[in-house]
Amino acid sequence: MTTLLDVRDVSKRFTMGGIFGRKTVDAVMDANFSLSAENPEIFTIIGESGSGKTTLARMILGLEDPSEGEILFRGQKVSRHGGRAEKLAFMSQVQPVFQNPFEAFNPLKKIERYLESTARRFLATSDKAAIDRAMDEALQKVGLSLKEVHGRFPHEMSGGQLQRCAIARALIPNPPLLIADEPVSMVDASLRMSIVNLLKSLRDDLKVSVIYITHDLATAYYISNRLIIMQRGRIVEMGDARTVLDNPQHPYSKLLKASVLSTDDAGDGKLATDPGMVSAANGLVGQAGKLVVRPDGREVRVYG
Amino acid sequence: MAEDIVRVENLKAYYQMNYFGVSREVRAVDGITMSVRKGEVYGIAGESSSGKTSFIKVLAAAIRPPLKVVEGSVKFDFKNGPIDVATATPKEIEAVRWKHLSYIMQGSMSVLNPVRRIGKTFHDFAARPMGLTGKAFEDRVIAHLARLKLPADVLRAYPHELSGGMRQRVTIGLATVCHPEFIIADEPTTALDVVVQKEVLSLIRDIQKEMNAAVVFVTHDMSVHANVADRVGIIYAGRLVEEGPTREMFFAPKHPYTAHLVASLPRIGDVKQRPALEGRPPNLGDPPQGCRFHPRCPLAVDKCRQEVPPLETVGPDHRTACWRWQDVKPLVGASAPSGVMA
Ligand SMILES: Nc1ncnc2c1ncn2[C@@H]1O[C@H](COP(=O)(O)OP(=O)(O)OP(=O)(O)O)[C@@H](O)[C@H]1O
Ligand SMILES: Nc1ncnc2c1ncn2[C@@H]1O[C@H](COP(=O)(O)OP(=O)(O)OP(=O)(O)O)[C@@H](O)[C@H]1O
Ligand SMILES: [Mg+2]
Ligand SMILES: [Mg+2]
Repeated sequence: MTTLLDVRDVSKRFTMGGIFGRKTVDAVMDANFSLSAENPEIFTIIGESGSGKTTLARMILGLEDPSEGEILFRGQKVSRHGGRAEKLAFMSQVQPVFQNPFEAFNPLKKIERYLESTARRFLATSDKAAIDRAMDEALQKVGLSLKEVHGRFPHEMSGGQLQRCAIARALIPNPPLLIADEPVSMVDASLRMSIVNLLKSLRDDLKVSVIYITHDLATAYYISNRLIIMQRGRIVEMGDARTVLDNPQHPYSKLLKASVLSTDDAGDGKLATDPGMVSAANGLVGQAGKLVVRPDGREVRVYG
Repeated sequence: MAEDIVRVENLKAYYQMNYFGVSREVRAVDGITMSVRKGEVYGIAGESSSGKTSFIKVLAAAIRPPLKVVEGSVKFDFKNGPIDVATATPKEIEAVRWKHLSYIMQGSMSVLNPVRRIGKTFHDFAARPMGLTGKAFEDRVIAHLARLKLPADVLRAYPHELSGGMRQRVTIGLATVCHPEFIIADEPTTALDVVVQKEVLSLIRDIQKEMNAAVVFVTHDMSVHANVADRVGIIYAGRLVEEGPTREMFFAPKHPYTAHLVASLPRIGDVKQRPALEGRPPNLGDPPQGCRFHPRCPLAVDKCRQEVPPLETVGPDHRTACWRWQDVKPLVGASAPSGVMA
């Protein structure tokens, strides 16, 4: 087996707040996992808000260097530094879809310009017809078309439309690895399904691996092969997605599943969580512990 | 029954654009009539690009070109007097902003200035309406942030130093710290993990109860509506197609679109896609004749293709705009228990 992506003992520490009152944040601690090149999969990251998911994604994309450890893509070290040609080659292989479509687009630039510059860069052509075709193809894959997007600025589109444009843009260079950071959080249930089905078909038909970051356990269950659950910078549970979500083992994973809102009691205003579960999960924050393999193949962080 | 805090009357708000002499109009809000009571949580749902944000922008008096109110009124009854935000001057709106009316925009970055520390932004917006300065102000803000599970350190951070969910909580903090009478929130919890989401929703409810504030919030996440809203209104193609008490909307919907929406929510354990609605959302530049939902409606008959159904009362607090509401049945799956499904 050859590895597509290898995340080895990766940690990231930030210094926050500038010169005055420095404070450090351990955004990611000791992350380890790898993706195989032969078996494309949807590898999902779920977890606490602020637990380091986006930071991990940014390091894989080479936008941020790890403080410790290293990330290898097809055996090559991923780094923020390096020559232009090298970077372009890397970027055509690993493409991002970011969390917030409102941030991803420059409000003063028409959507098609944004897609066009990506197409121009990666197709290495200035043939207008070829560029338009590539843009339209990518947009069609997400249920839009060049005609619909034509002439529009980001603020003229809804959140859902924008997010689909962001995915379309990422698909232009046909990358083998897509990093989708909450690609469906802004869209409604049926669009959400159409987008995760799109990710699924990218995996099954085009052999694209996807790192899928989400807060939505239902779609994570539906499309993921493996998943990791993160709490405060640490992976607390990792394994086959359905094995983990059917029966989570780590206290934080349990809390996460128990906190999913349901519509069964619609109208009753039920928002309380079992305080025992909350304190069990919070009590472990700050402790290193270690990941231990269970008989069913999953890894769970244990303490003491 | 509590009095209304806001009455929206036949509101029409369009995006009117002109590119090189070609004019385009998007009828994002097209004749909405509804009201919200004091102390009530009113949830607005609907699919992507149905006009939820556009409607809420008018409600929040955040109307900017090319969005224009072309008809109707939005009359608030605040403690400092009545105001119609559809026609009010910027100065009049300034007088109610934050203290009476606050707005949590979709996409949390937009209100946070990227080159200003969070603490400064709080100061810019909230110090004056709260009438506090210095240490007293900071203490109040820190206590408030703690309720949102945010450490005091965030005040020293720049927006890019926070995670998406932290930024979203900061904007919720900004919108609630002055204890306004009316809070408008557009997708306030989409970027949060489910544990924090629940805590933040409880917090919004607590503040709302303490202050007897009214909250209007938009989200396409039906499970949030199910657990937070007193009433839910459904927008389809720029129009309110149904509104009613939350429980009834989920278990006895009277519009086929609502029935679809409440059944479409994926659950953990789903390994198959739930049945999706056929067809595409209508183009708001050229919406269909008659009932706008008819091209996708399983119950559509000729009348639906020709005549616009009025929003009629079908029960206490329950209104629907459907010619065939008596034939609407909840879809299978709407009330099925969670768990593994084949
Ligand atoms: N550029 C930065 N400078 C300083 N601190 C940062 C920076 N980027 C992220 N952090 C901090 O690192 C931690 C992890 O942030 P990250 O954005 O990775 O979280 P996340 O898991 O993506 O959260 P969310 O679900 O809310 O998006 C947070 O405490 C955040 O404040
Ligand atoms: N500034 C604008 N200029 C022109 N058209 C706009 C503008 N903003 C929104 N629109 C259009 O108005 C319609 C309604 O958009 P709106 O943002 O209100 O939808 P929404 O229901 O909030 O969707 P979402 O759930 O995706 O956020 C869409 O067709 C959108 O493209
Ligand atoms: Mg993130
Ligand atoms: Mg919106």
